[in-house]
Amino acid sequence: MEKWFESLKLGFYQTFILDNNYQYFVKGIGVTLTVTIFALILGVALGVVLAIIRSAHDQQAGKHKNPVLGILNTLAKIYLTVIRGTPMMVQLLIMWFVVWASARSTDSNLIKCAILTFGLNSAAYVAEIIRSGIMSIDAGQMEAGRSLGLSYYATMKCIIIPQAFKNVLPALGNEMIALIKETSIVTVIGLKDLTKGAMIIQGKTFQAFVPFIAIAAIYLFMVMMLTWMMGKLERRMRASDHR
Amino acid sequence: MITVNHLTKVFEKHVVLKDISEHIAPGEKVVIIGPSGSGKSTFLRCLNLLEYPTSGQILFDGKDITAPHTDINEIRQHMGMVFQHFNLFQNLSIEENLTLAPVRLKLMTKQEAHEEAMRLLKRVGLPDKANAYPIQLSGGQKQRIAIARALMMKPKMMLFDEPTSALDPEMVGEVLEIMKEVADEGMTMAVVTHEMGFAREVATRVLFMDEGRIIEQGTPDEIFTNPKEERTKNFLSKVL
Ligand SMILES: Nc1ncnc2c1ncn2[C@@H]1O[C@H](COP(=O)(O)OP(=O)(O)OP(=O)(O)O)[C@@H](O)[C@H]1O
Ligand SMILES: [Mg+2]
Repeated sequence: MEKWFESLKLGFYQTFILDNNYQYFVKGIGVTLTVTIFALILGVALGVVLAIIRSAHDQQAGKHKNPVLGILNTLAKIYLTVIRGTPMMVQLLIMWFVVWASARSTDSNLIKCAILTFGLNSAAYVAEIIRSGIMSIDAGQMEAGRSLGLSYYATMKCIIIPQAFKNVLPALGNEMIALIKETSIVTVIGLKDLTKGAMIIQGKTFQAFVPFIAIAAIYLFMVMMLTWMMGKLERRMRASDHR
Repeated sequence: MITVNHLTKVFEKHVVLKDISEHIAPGEKVVIIGPSGSGKSTFLRCLNLLEYPTSGQILFDGKDITAPHTDINEIRQHMGMVFQHFNLFQNLSIEENLTLAPVRLKLMTKQEAHEEAMRLLKRVGLPDKANAYPIQLSGGQKQRIAIARALMMKPKMMLFDEPTSALDPEMVGEVLEIMKEVADEGMTMAVVTHEMGFAREVATRVLFMDEGRIIEQGTPDEIFTNPKEERTKNFLSKVL
């Protein structure tokens, strides 16, 4: 028991104190959060656009189909199929080693590549979430907007999307949680996120227990914080539901 | 005001409107009655192109609104519509429900829209509800707001699709009362309703529809006391 405690103490020392190793965790958390947050912003922005294209296409009245919308819808569908049908890690490898093959391996390039890849990936999932939200809104809301002379897009923007967003907030929260955990695979392109930080320390000190348990705890803590914040946001929104 | 020529509407293979031709003159109050599924709603919704006609032509103020390049959004600004289920914007306050379209379409400044909204809210008897949300209102209140929302656009014509059918009986009167006031001010109206009392009192003309056709029409007196067609008699004997 005493021996085990001693080795744990050494593990702690080597993991955090020696050579200021704790910096790997601090910087790693920064990288993980940066990638998550910016990927999410990109994902939601692009996801909303994709969702609107898909819904606008599906809601077109019988005969009068817009050919441009038809093409956009086909492209959107292909995009969703490819992104959701291939592993995230493979997408990341392709983005960095094929698409960005000529980019230098600087931290800033790696982060940009990770944000872009996760953003493009997340957009596909967010699009389907938002689309389900749009479909959950009573058709009468759109008809009322149109009957006043508002355009399809004005009605979408002012009436449908705000209500759809509110309805899918829990699903978006789950997507965000999935994203924060999935970012750990950026290690494969050498980006020094939280997971990579622990791996580097393991390589330097041959300690595995403390660094890996530590990052597990940190991921868990971040997810719990996020869950708590989403819960608060949902309660706020429900309070402003004016029921 | 609005002229319909040989209007036909087909849903999949189901012919819902069969070669309807009709004209509604400015100031007329046309009440449309008929059994469920006869195509009353579809007819009304074709008038502002919420349903797109399969064939036929609709002229509004002399303009062919079914022509390929008409700006339907511009046309709809002049045709208010009131729905059976109110369709108030759930995410907006009552005042925002009223001001959204006129402000976004640049017909009024925010200040003008605010003043007009307050005037109309007073008129429908709900001046204290400006900051409430739809979910906080009763059905009758919602429908009065929906009428005010349509009036904000200063329409030339208003379409009502069973505006009182979703209401508890004690709220029907307050909504009909406002519709009568709007009628008295000279609004051109097309109203689908089962309220025969309202039809008798307000209608300048009653259309009886069945199976996608206008079977019979005339003044309320002609239709209600002297129906000629067997189907009209049959229908009236059930509802009166
Ligand atoms: N979007 C649609 N798709 C397919 N069929 C439809 C659609 N809308 C209406 N119909 C059909 O068209 C017919 C006429 O419907 P409509 O709603 O115009 O009747 P209505 O006279 O308004 O009836 P009610 O009094 O019940 O409101 C019905 O048989 C209905 O099932
Ligand atoms: Mg109907």
